[in-house]
Amino acid sequence: MDMLKKVPVREQDPKVRAANFEEVCYGYNLEEAMEEAKRCLKCKNAQCMKGCPVHINIPGFIAEVEKGDIAAAYKVLSEATSLPAVCGRVCPQESQCEGKCIRGIKGEPVSIGKLERFVADWARENGICPEPVKETNGIKVAVIGSGPAGLSCAGDLAKLGYEVTIFEALHEPGGVLTYGIPEFRLPKDGVVKPEIENVKRLGVKIETNVVIGKSTTIDELMEEENFKAVFIGSGAGLPKFMGIPGENANGVFSANEYLTRSNLMKATRDDYDTPMVAGKRVVVVGGGNVAMDAARTALRLGAETHIVYRRSMQELPARAEEVHHAQEEGIIFQLLTNPVEILVDDNGWVKGITCIRMELGEPDASGRRRPVEVPGSEFTIDADVVIMALGTSPNPLIASTTDGLEINKRRCIIAEEEYGKTTKEGVYAGGDAVSGAATVILAMEAGRNGAKGIHEYLSGRGE
Amino acid sequence: MYRIVKAKRLADKIYLMEVEAKRVARACEPGQFVIVKMDEHGERIPLTICDYNREAGTITIVFQSVGASTERMASLQAGDSFEDFVGPLGCPSEFIHEPLEELKKKKYIFVAGGVGAAPVYPQVKWMHEHGIAADVIVGCKTKDLLILEKEMEAVAGNLFITTDDGSYGRHGMVTKVLKDLVEEEGRRYDVCVAIGPMIMMKFTCLTTKELEIPTVVSMNPIMVDGTGMCGACRLTIGGEVKFACVDGPEFDGHLVNFDEAMKRQQMYRTEEGRALLKEREGDTHHGGCGHCGGDE
Repeated sequence: MDMLKKVPVREQDPKVRAANFEEVCYGYNLEEAMEEAKRCLKCKNAQCMKGCPVHINIPGFIAEVEKGDIAAAYKVLSEATSLPAVCGRVCPQESQCEGKCIRGIKGEPVSIGKLERFVADWARENGICPEPVKETNGIKVAVIGSGPAGLSCAGDLAKLGYEVTIFEALHEPGGVLTYGIPEFRLPKDGVVKPEIENVKRLGVKIETNVVIGKSTTIDELMEEENFKAVFIGSGAGLPKFMGIPGENANGVFSANEYLTRSNLMKATRDDYDTPMVAGKRVVVVGGGNVAMDAARTALRLGAETHIVYRRSMQELPARAEEVHHAQEEGIIFQLLTNPVEILVDDNGWVKGITCIRMELGEPDASGRRRPVEVPGSEFTIDADVVIMALGTSPNPLIASTTDGLEINKRRCIIAEEEYGKTTKEGVYAGGDAVSGAATVILAMEAGRNGAKGIHEYLSGRGE
Repeated sequence: MYRIVKAKRLADKIYLMEVEAKRVARACEPGQFVIVKMDEHGERIPLTICDYNREAGTITIVFQSVGASTERMASLQAGDSFEDFVGPLGCPSEFIHEPLEELKKKKYIFVAGGVGAAPVYPQVKWMHEHGIAADVIVGCKTKDLLILEKEMEAVAGNLFITTDDGSYGRHGMVTKVLKDLVEEEGRRYDVCVAIGPMIMMKFTCLTTKELEIPTVVSMNPIMVDGTGMCGACRLTIGGEVKFACVDGPEFDGHLVNFDEAMKRQQMYRTEEGRALLKEREGDTHHGGCGHCGGDE
């Protein structure tokens, strides 16, 4: 065995998977996982743990995998995370745990994400789940939003004995795990639903179809329904558009709409009622994970699919693995390109998109080189569907209907970094609602911190 | 699950249902809507709240069977349930926030087209309950399609009914009635609220612009989530992009780009036609609609 290289993970052939929605990556089997676990140096001062936002005891769980005691490995994981099967799949490990792995200095880092995923999948398949607490303390806490932040906060609070109710606006819990990330990256019935079931098993109640700010308000929950504290994990679900001509034409979608139809509403399946437009030639604007997800969904529906991104390959914010998968599947990348107008036919339907070439200028405030238009370089790409994946911002609804809850100029809820304490007493917040659009694991970290903050607040008050 | 406590056919293809939804009934105001989803396989359908009973915890919806989903929904009976029923969504009608003394000085005319009588009803009822007699025009194609006549009569100031074919009430479109009321019969209105099919709202707005009556319309674009996260329902209002589900559904009718909105409403025409035919004809459907290529 070459100790410098990861044990390769089995994947669906790109040609085959480009036409189905099944999971691309098959994951490790027990043998492969034990083999990969041997590569871990079990560092005393493990750098990988510093790279993990929820500080999983990585050498600890890998040591159990190496021994073949997967149940013990799952126990170690569960101490820090309530969604390991999700995070093992969707974390950008290259910039987190694996980015810090000593093995990575010479050769490839240990495949921590794939090992985490293996352990979580094994536990699910073998019916091992977290244990609920025996008795609750009778104190009610409300969690707004059932995405990664809300689920991890609710899970932690339930373990501490609180009576937790999650309020979810959509008809299914999971947030972006359910409506945003496609089946081929994160299976819904196979992975997301069982992980949510695990959170419920801890005693967490989930009430769907409740839009906080409309169906009821945080003030009402606290004053009339006796919730002693609230955690807001409502995410950043408001899509951005470019404001260019033609953007309201038929066939132009936000990535949120496109992915909600395909993932949450299962519009790609004949036995579900929600329609969606497949398109023959699809242009996706943007370079993040959401853009990759939308493009790869369009490709699976049979379209020739282009990604238009204004910077170059190096600046693509998407996970390396997803960009690689997208390329393998045949997505065409049009880099250093920016749309200026959407062309519309007589029926009001998209017929193309005019773009301009860009070049990279001086670094901007974020340290990234600013793209600058090349004058006179406009060209047109024919397209019948255009998907805007330009990022999202928090929905102002909750803040605008809660007395004393302040937001900043980016519409994010103002919360103290450590425990997510907001400007309103008893109300904590975390995840994309506070940071703006970020990652699943950062949201989970914020959820955990929020749970700590709420516990401290409520136990302090009881004395 | 949200239990249907009453299901009634009001007219051909028009159905009324009273549904148990405590949180919605407690919080809703005139002008707002709900999204319903029948079952696991169903789609999310926006419907304006037609009435509510806070004590009983129920919401009344009225819908027209126009496609596969609403046709399936029409078959539900009292005792059946909706799997999902979320709301209230959107902003309440603006007038409910106006000081009552100010509001009482204004003369309102409500214009309802077809099944639009249902969303107009709670607004007129609210006016009535606050001591304001608002006039109402209800227009429909023919007598058989007239709904909520008695209910409307009970809360409206003057009720003017018109049918396109003259089979009941006045004869002609709502726009003609509105024009006649102002120009021929000397009535004055300060605000018009028009709800119905987009084409009817568009022409009502053209008429009220001529008559110089400020006009509010309740837009009904395609929606998915109804909470502002997707932009499927986006409209151009006075040159700006707005999401009907969170910024509306009511807007200044003289600022709405109706032509764009109507084109967007047609986006899934082929898909919807296909779904409807599949529902009606089941396995016997082999492409009779000429669009869908049968079961390929």
